[in-house]
Amino acid sequence: MIRTSHVSKTFGTFVALEDVSVDIPSGSLTALLGPSGGGKSTLLRIIAGLEQPDSGCVEIGGTDSTHVPPQRRNVGFVFQHYAAFKHMTVFNNVAFGLKIRKTPKDQIHRRVDELLHLVHLEQFAHRYPAQLSGGQRQRMALARALAVEPDVLLLDEPFGALDAQVRKELRAWLRRLHDEVHVTTVFVTHDQEEAMEVADSIVVMSEGKVQQIGSPDDLYERPESDFVMSFLGPVTRLDGGLVRPHDLNVFAHPAQDTMPAKVQRIVALGFEVRLDLLVDGEPVWAQLTREEARRLGVRAGDTVHVRAADHAQVRSLTA
Amino acid sequence: MAKYALRATALIYLLFLLVLPIGLICWKTFSGGVGPVVESLSSPSALHAFKVTVVVALFAVVANTIFGVGAAVLLVRHEFRGKRLLNALIDLPIAVSPVVVGLALILVYGRFAPLGGWLADRGIDIIFSLPGMVLATVFVSLPLVVRAVAPVLQEIGIEQEQAAWTLGARPWQAFLRITLPGIRWALGYGMVLALARSLGEYGAIAVVSGRLVDQTQTVTLLVEERFQNFDQQTAYAAAFAMAVIAVLTLLLISLLRPKEDAK
Repeated sequence: MIRTSHVSKTFGTFVALEDVSVDIPSGSLTALLGPSGGGKSTLLRIIAGLEQPDSGCVEIGGTDSTHVPPQRRNVGFVFQHYAAFKHMTVFNNVAFGLKIRKTPKDQIHRRVDELLHLVHLEQFAHRYPAQLSGGQRQRMALARALAVEPDVLLLDEPFGALDAQVRKELRAWLRRLHDEVHVTTVFVTHDQEEAMEVADSIVVMSEGKVQQIGSPDDLYERPESDFVMSFLGPVTRLDGGLVRPHDLNVFAHPAQDTMPAKVQRIVALGFEVRLDLLVDGEPVWAQLTREEARRLGVRAGDTVHVRAADHAQVRSLTA
Repeated sequence: MAKYALRATALIYLLFLLVLPIGLICWKTFSGGVGPVVESLSSPSALHAFKVTVVVALFAVVANTIFGVGAAVLLVRHEFRGKRLLNALIDLPIAVSPVVVGLALILVYGRFAPLGGWLADRGIDIIFSLPGMVLATVFVSLPLVVRAVAPVLQEIGIEQEQAAWTLGARPWQAFLRITLPGIRWALGYGMVLALARSLGEYGAIAVVSGRLVDQTQTVTLLVEERFQNFDQQTAYAAAFAMAVIAVLTLLLISLLRPKEDAK
């Protein structure tokens, strides 16, 4: 269990964290999600001991670690830009923590081989980081962090520097890895899709504060603020409320509670169809399936009738 | 056409500035054959001068390496009051004439200065002996290691060190195993530059050494002294030896440089 209580941190005049209290249960895979500059990386670095909080404390596994140096926190840290030891082979990178701990040589060999197998880099043991792709370097960095059997694995935008395809693969792979290794894992991301796909629980942060904590479903279905609702998925405004575009019902004829809407544009995006509407002079957009759109048989310039679906979450906009 | 004119101008300029004088030294040196050269370079005074030069240069390089790496780490990795001042002070030796450096050192460490007198009372002579010469040489070659190392330190960043910390390495372990290998080529380059500068130093050494033949005489001082005393054979031979050393260090530097670029 990781617990931060009332943690605050400023850099000069910039407030990075303001009274942040978060509990991260043992064995979980948690995402710190938020826009950049929201304080999530700072919180991660404070958990690792790479930054000192101005006030508040950090507990790891029930012991107060606020003033424990990073060397003795037994955390694994993975950096966005890999922080590979450039002058060492992949093998020696992964072995580094074990060598520092003066582990016997044969044990180091066994453990490193095991880890390289886990991250699918067995055949690259004698390469240098410069000879690896970004994805391979990040897997090496992960193996290096796991080598010392950390209590906590911390990843700072681990896939941020990779291209979209590799990023997708590594996400799924991280999820599987966590299911195998079960180490308490916290990763920072600004990508809501990544957080929803990989994490058991998500801590949404912005402007140095925790906005909401919950499971991906929780946050998507029951956002506690406009910010969380709009950060976690698409939203549109209808009649003074925030609503998900796929929660709009669109009819050809007036029905109960509907409002007339003029169709501005119809965009077909693969399986979904996006309707750009004008309701009371305000732009609104609705997301339909291809089938729904076909049945509606609507064309640009037509008038349709919209309302929020019965099950829809509608947040009245707070000023 | 203009291209060729420009090239010719550059070549002629260098011919008169560099090639002709150095070529003439070579020619003068060997005008009597190899025998006299070997003879004059193996005279006790010459051998002693080489020894003094090497000892002073080695001490200076060691001192500048330790200070240079320390100062580079301080400038790149830390924020503190007076950082700009330190930065400016490190470049001072480039601006100040070596002769002024020598005189300034005498003002502080001379026998009749408070600090120098206090040290002399305890049997430690700085001026007119090796320690003063090392001090003067350290001063004139001070910026070379710092300025070679600092940009590379900046470029490799702190994340590798932080990764090492989280893996259990204490700061000095991270420094030895991660930082030092990361800056090794730049450090080697800076050290060779400092060595070259130290071996060739004349002005500051001339002032603080007292030019005592067979005691504090370095090779540059030997060249000058023999030239004044009409022993031109030794003067040319020693000058030639210095030129050879300079070429060798240039080669070393050019060997170290591309490695840095290739990384």
